[in-house]
Amino acid sequence: MNSRPRLPRREAFKIAGLSAAGLALAACGVQGQKAAAPKPDAVKDFWSGQTKHGKVVFANWPEYMPEDQGPLKKFQQATGISYEYKEVIQENAEFFGKADPVLRAGQSLGYDIVVMTNGVHLQHMIELGYCVPLDHSRLPNFAANAGQKYKERVYDPGNTYTIPYTSGVTGIAYNTDHVKDDITSIQALFDPRYKGRVGMMADAQEIANFGMFALGIDPEKSTEDDWRKAGEKLKEQRDAGIVRKYYDQSYIDAVAKGDVWLTMAWSGDVFQRQLAGEPVRFVVPEEGGTIWTDNMLIPKGAANPVDALMLMDHLYQPAVAAELDEYIQFVTPVPAVQDLLREKAASAAGEDKKALEDMVDSPLMFPTEADYAKLRTYTTLSNTQLQIFNPIFQSITQA
Amino acid sequence: MRRLTPYLLVLPSWMWLGVFLVVPMAAMASVSLQTGNAIDGYAMTFSVSTYGDALGRYSTQLARSLVYGGLATVLMLVIGYPAAYWIAFKGGRRKSMYLFLLLLPFFVSFVLRTISWNFLLSDNGILFGTLKDWGLLPADFHVLATAAAVVGGLTYNFLPFMILPIYVALERVDPRVVEAAQDLYATRAAAFRRVVLPLSLPGVFAGVLMTFVPATADPINAAILGGTSNTMIGNIIQTEYLTNLNYPTASALSFTLMAVLLVGIFGYARALGTENVLQAAAR
Amino acid sequence: MRGVLGGGDRVVHGGRLGDRVLHAYTWLVILWLASPIAVMILFGFNDKQSKSNTTWQGFTLRWYAELLDISDLTVALRNSLVIAAVSTLVTVVVGTMLGLALGRHRFRGKGVTTFLVFAAISTPELVMGASLLSLFVSGNVPRDANTVIVAHVLFSLSFVVVTVRARVVGLDPSLEEAARDLGASAWGTFRQVTLPSIMPGVMAGAMLSFALSVDDYVVTSFVNGSTVTFPLWIVGAVKTGIPPQVNVMGTLIFGIGVLIAIGNAVAGRRRT
Repeated sequence: MNSRPRLPRREAFKIAGLSAAGLALAACGVQGQKAAAPKPDAVKDFWSGQTKHGKVVFANWPEYMPEDQGPLKKFQQATGISYEYKEVIQENAEFFGKADPVLRAGQSLGYDIVVMTNGVHLQHMIELGYCVPLDHSRLPNFAANAGQKYKERVYDPGNTYTIPYTSGVTGIAYNTDHVKDDITSIQALFDPRYKGRVGMMADAQEIANFGMFALGIDPEKSTEDDWRKAGEKLKEQRDAGIVRKYYDQSYIDAVAKGDVWLTMAWSGDVFQRQLAGEPVRFVVPEEGGTIWTDNMLIPKGAANPVDALMLMDHLYQPAVAAELDEYIQFVTPVPAVQDLLREKAASAAGEDKKALEDMVDSPLMFPTEADYAKLRTYTTLSNTQLQIFNPIFQSITQA
Repeated sequence: MRRLTPYLLVLPSWMWLGVFLVVPMAAMASVSLQTGNAIDGYAMTFSVSTYGDALGRYSTQLARSLVYGGLATVLMLVIGYPAAYWIAFKGGRRKSMYLFLLLLPFFVSFVLRTISWNFLLSDNGILFGTLKDWGLLPADFHVLATAAAVVGGLTYNFLPFMILPIYVALERVDPRVVEAAQDLYATRAAAFRRVVLPLSLPGVFAGVLMTFVPATADPINAAILGGTSNTMIGNIIQTEYLTNLNYPTASALSFTLMAVLLVGIFGYARALGTENVLQAAAR
Repeated sequence: MRGVLGGGDRVVHGGRLGDRVLHAYTWLVILWLASPIAVMILFGFNDKQSKSNTTWQGFTLRWYAELLDISDLTVALRNSLVIAAVSTLVTVVVGTMLGLALGRHRFRGKGVTTFLVFAAISTPELVMGASLLSLFVSGNVPRDANTVIVAHVLFSLSFVVVTVRARVVGLDPSLEEAARDLGASAWGTFRQVTLPSIMPGVMAGAMLSFALSVDDYVVTSFVNGSTVTFPLWIVGAVKTGIPPQVNVMGTLIFGIGVLIAIGNAVAGRRRT
């Protein structure tokens, strides 16, 4: 520790003594936990002894379940398994920051299902062996009803550890009061005409993807060279004063009010503002957009893994998925939901009918095939690559 | 028994601080000297270079934080002192009410307060939109996403922490002393400067301590109200710790920040001369 | 600015105007601090149709009727209030004792103690939260409302200590000595002489501590286990839209606070 000026000697020694003791205590360091991919036998071994316990604890983000908890109640009725639902996740990074010390010490988080977005932290969860490999023989609804794209995800091949809960698209949102053109290209975000009126996201993976799209690079196949080029492009954008701010979440307020005119944005946010009548429009740029997914996983040390699997599978029944998606209003992994909601709209009336129809017709909730063709996930990064990737983009967003 | 009194008074705090502050801090200090990463683990290498690297990369943000924090503190002092003065001397029976009202907005989540400020200060919102319509402001004037917004946000969010301690110190000044001083010095200003102000200095010191420090380390105002060049050291620490999982660097930065702040505090206390801050408890 | 209209009949005339100005100024400061609350209150009446509560769409009282509809939110609010009350109580007791000791007693380790108090204030919240979590995990302490209380006491302690100390420093000890000479016990002296004279510091410390606790996010997010508090719930909901019930709760908290303040002012008799 640094020494303080004018500290009486005795006090200094006392402080030094305390610190040394503490340092000695903590000098052991922290053990690595790198896990190898599970062998198929390992998966079978884990699950062979497990049985249903009659209870499940589900940790999720706020506002990701209808207030009356309908899907969960139906699950309880159908299977007799009681549930505890906890809205304890606010941010992936923070959640990982909390979970890491606990799981590293071999303790249980106390949750059977946890929802995390694909990205650095989910990847660490997997690499550190914090996730239980899933037994797909017990996930029939997933196999039957999940969209093909949701079964082939780059960041979790074969859905070994996770299955999707809901997805979202990152594209461009723009304020139609201020931007009269029809925006279709990602280059609009780099257009000097909008100097000081453009919002970009602060998250390294989000902004990296857009930098790469602007240069015609596919993030899913990118190399270190590509990242540097993307970094250059973003740096130019910043130096030219085009960007007003690198946002975490509040871009949507900014663009809805007209503080920024164009911004990187998540589909669900824009959808809600449109429902509120605000002058924002969303577009997936021609050059590409990002699709991200919030995934369900079973953390190591979960007390009720079989019950967890059953609940996860239950949520893939089309009717249940429809009930969820109607509330969450992001992109569901079950394509059949669109037709179900269409039927519901047909038999509904008044405001409900209009709301449902808006949902069904909205490409923000149900991206078209053309959209999907343009969408890519975040770049998958090993830990070593992360050490190179992050500084490139953080030096732009956090200068 | 008298001689034991201070030790009895201090014992609970010693235990609390000892267990919950010292031990974890020591562990953190230890982490700052390790190398490695989340996947492969960390090992103690007594690597002091982490500090050097971190400082080298982030000296701008650190300096900027000190400037923003310092500016906000000065503003809070200027804005808060008169209010503390009035409540202490003229608040009468309603003193507690005023203090309570000052703090009341802070019982209502900071998220709501900040969102509301974003709403009020938006480029074309209630305040600036109207002024622009009246031609009093240029069309591209904006407060949000600037350093001014960040400093303003810091000032707003920590103001009660400046007012309360100053009030507490002023309130014990007997008004008759003030009157006597006014008789002596013939103007209120002189009476204030020579009598009241010095008596309030412990409160001022406390106020500066409780505002400058948290303001400098604060990440939230910069994140919500700042623009592209207003990142503060608190944001960096957060990114290094939570996003990059770079625990040694985050710890090193935290301790560096703490060291800078503590040096500042002790220096200030010394200059002020009212605090025998580390007068080794007269043996 | 402060009654520099000196000279002549200074205490009466120049004084009064200066006082009025200061009085108005103080109210201005209070109103400025409360201005975002006005917006918050307003949007508690917003007849919004979608999940986002950001554009005014009409007036409604419906959120007041549906206040408790989001059970997790209600629980979170309750948690916050309970935690704040308990931690304030503990902090005030422990912190006042330390503030007294630092302000007027001499003892060995005073310097280190002062240093630790300052260190607690200057610790970035993130570091405090993360290091506490590690401590709890290695000690196998389950994280819940209790650990949150411990953490809140930890960071509020310094604020109470510093505030009480600012009051204690320079208090005339002769009153207490007189009381003791007259035969009062140590506790009696404290209760009847010392405590009343430091009460403003204690009350101020209590208010600061409560405010710090009820509004804390970062430290709480690390050590809360699955106990969600009000600020935590709100931050989590920002992504999908903060429901108006949050505004209503804030309005009610604020309203009750104002009523307490007024009630206190009306009923108050003592100088403090």
